[in-house]
Amino acid sequence: MLRRFIAVHVVLVPLIFALPAYSQNVAGPAKAKATSPEIPFDSVPNFFKMPAGLYMGEGTGIATNSKGHVFVFTRSGETRLFEFDQTGAFVKEFGVGSYGFAFAHAVRVDKDDNVWAVDEGTNVIQKFSPDGKLLMILGKRPDPLEQLAQTPGGGQYSGANRPYTFHRQTDIGWDPQGNIFVSDGYGDSRVVKFDKNGRFIKAVGTRGNGPLQFSTPHAIAVDAKGLVYVADRGNSRIVVLDNDLNQKAVYDTVGAPWAVCISQGAHQYLYTSNSFPTGNNFDQAPITGEVYKMELDGTVLGHFGKAGHAFKEFSSIHQMDCRNPDELYVAEITAWRAQKLILRPQAGRQTSAR
Amino acid sequence: MTRRLLWAAAGALSIVGLSLSAQSVPEIRYDAAADALSLPSYGEVAGVATNSRGHVFVYARTGHAAATLGDERTFYHGGSRLFEFDQTGKFVKEIGQGVYAINFAQQVRVDPQDNIWIVDAGSNQIVKFDSDGRYLMVLGRKPENIPLRAGPGVSATVADAEFLSKNAAPQAGRGGGEGGGGRGRGTPGAGINGDGFNRPSDVTWDRAGNVYVADGFGSNNRIAKFTKDGDFVKTWGHTGSGAGEFNQIRGLVSDAAGNLYAADAGNKRIQVFDGEGTLKSEIRNIGTPQALCITGGSTQYLFSSNSNTSESMDNGEIYKLQTSGQVVGKFGRAGRLAKEFGMTNALDCRTDTNLWVGEVWNWRAQKVTLMK
Repeated sequence: MLRRFIAVHVVLVPLIFALPAYSQNVAGPAKAKATSPEIPFDSVPNFFKMPAGLYMGEGTGIATNSKGHVFVFTRSGETRLFEFDQTGAFVKEFGVGSYGFAFAHAVRVDKDDNVWAVDEGTNVIQKFSPDGKLLMILGKRPDPLEQLAQTPGGGQYSGANRPYTFHRQTDIGWDPQGNIFVSDGYGDSRVVKFDKNGRFIKAVGTRGNGPLQFSTPHAIAVDAKGLVYVADRGNSRIVVLDNDLNQKAVYDTVGAPWAVCISQGAHQYLYTSNSFPTGNNFDQAPITGEVYKMELDGTVLGHFGKAGHAFKEFSSIHQMDCRNPDELYVAEITAWRAQKLILRPQAGRQTSAR
Repeated sequence: MTRRLLWAAAGALSIVGLSLSAQSVPEIRYDAAADALSLPSYGEVAGVATNSRGHVFVYARTGHAAATLGDERTFYHGGSRLFEFDQTGKFVKEIGQGVYAINFAQQVRVDPQDNIWIVDAGSNQIVKFDSDGRYLMVLGRKPENIPLRAGPGVSATVADAEFLSKNAAPQAGRGGGEGGGGRGRGTPGAGINGDGFNRPSDVTWDRAGNVYVADGFGSNNRIAKFTKDGDFVKTWGHTGSGAGEFNQIRGLVSDAAGNLYAADAGNKRIQVFDGEGTLKSEIRNIGTPQALCITGGSTQYLFSSNSNTSESMDNGEIYKLQTSGQVVGKFGRAGRLAKEFGMTNALDCRTDTNLWVGEVWNWRAQKVTLMK
């Protein structure tokens, strides 16, 4: 028995180390899945009403503003940014034909209801006023002809770490002072901090799996104290940084975080989606697709959902909004849709108490 | 210890030196309207210019350059748009939709007859439209394609990328390249038989209507002169840092006497020539001159921007100069906010109090008013 155990390990261990990032999920479910209760939830059917002739593509970005309006950033024929009201009715489109829209990645709404669109095709982040006026640009789109000439091999990790240009950046967040934090991204592996006027303060991170290293920092969220939560997707961990970008903690029991969000209110919660691998087909439901609800200190409170293409299942959640901790919006990259979810944590607690 | 003291002393001296030179240039007070124009679609404002009626033309990098894949070549078009606004900032119309040369906006200028000239650094062409937007003349020829070594089914390698980065840009600048059919037979470019512009940056005219093209920030580093009908006259300058040589000409304007002011950015100077290409003087101590404009009126003033790069918020100020090169004052600094300037690429100044500033970083044209 013992001998067989050792033999199996000798074979498996090298395999696991040969495939970092991938192995943890393929090998089995995230550790916290078995140890945390399931949270009951519902999905609101047909919440988003698209006007005739308008189609959703890959659901990459989703965010709400203080009035409950929902912004969806999608890769359709073109990358487009749509606004819906609190009933799901279509309101308007932002930045039609903009130079900063090529490949949607994330959208976030700041405390003043400005809408920030993070586009990893142009390396540009655009800040729009609530009525759609362009207020600020971060980053610089590479001149397209230079890019075209260098297409083969483009988009690899460069580690260039430049102050004012990104390399396929992924997400944005703000602390209470308005300082800006950007996860950057596929081409770099770092977190960049700017002041509220867009002036560079500092950047940390290189590619790797050590302290202050990242492997595709895919999403970012900032809490009311100014702590920064980085979804270090390729390393299957959430890295917590202080406001000066020193590493404080690592949460590594909740799978590969594609999307993270932090709720508002006096008691904030952290949500993270284990959306690995892309596709999230039903047969992967035992090991991926679920969303975790956590305390900011990393304590896992519960989880919900599973991989799949059906209604109330998740096809690679790419971004989440959790302004209200019991009312979440999720955008799914392989299902070309967004869902509005109603969580019933109280019901779950009663169930588990019984 | 001694060395450390020396360094400290040198540091203190250089700080004194900097503050002295900064103090010697008076600050000009100014206001700026960052939202004077509302672009129909958002993008980098490479060019801004006014006509005699106060209409404003913006040549912006908006939308996307579209690539069409051939079997071993990539063809490209689009990627920029030319907009006209009236004197109140209201959008009037778009000019040149779908025009072959409109690719990567670099500059727009309006000549004394109110014709509109665009300079495109992607197609390497200069196009002249009349005031109604009909097109009158084209200089240079667009490269037919961007050659790609990696064909369909061939996996791209780092070596491919390196090859392309070394070879594609110069090849694209050679007026058509292999198989182009344009060598020596097309519309004249920078003057040498079969050669074209390479990243042209600006265009200006003398009183006789002769056309001068700044060519540019690619590998040519020269000024080309044409008659008002577009016939090639002469060319001067090449890459270098000596007198009459250039390292990236980013702007070119001419005064009423026919003198030309060339922003020789890489050499941190403006070189002044007569219309025949004879060097008359050079202007220094204004940082890295990029965008230039010159006022009308009996006493003309020159404005020159010391634009920030895409990786810093240093500099960004705009200098006001007499045509002699004497600095009158400066205003502004680099930044993302209203009244700050981000990678200024264009200046328009019919008078010395009202300017338009076109910014690549901040995707806008600001209307600037200088206080006396």
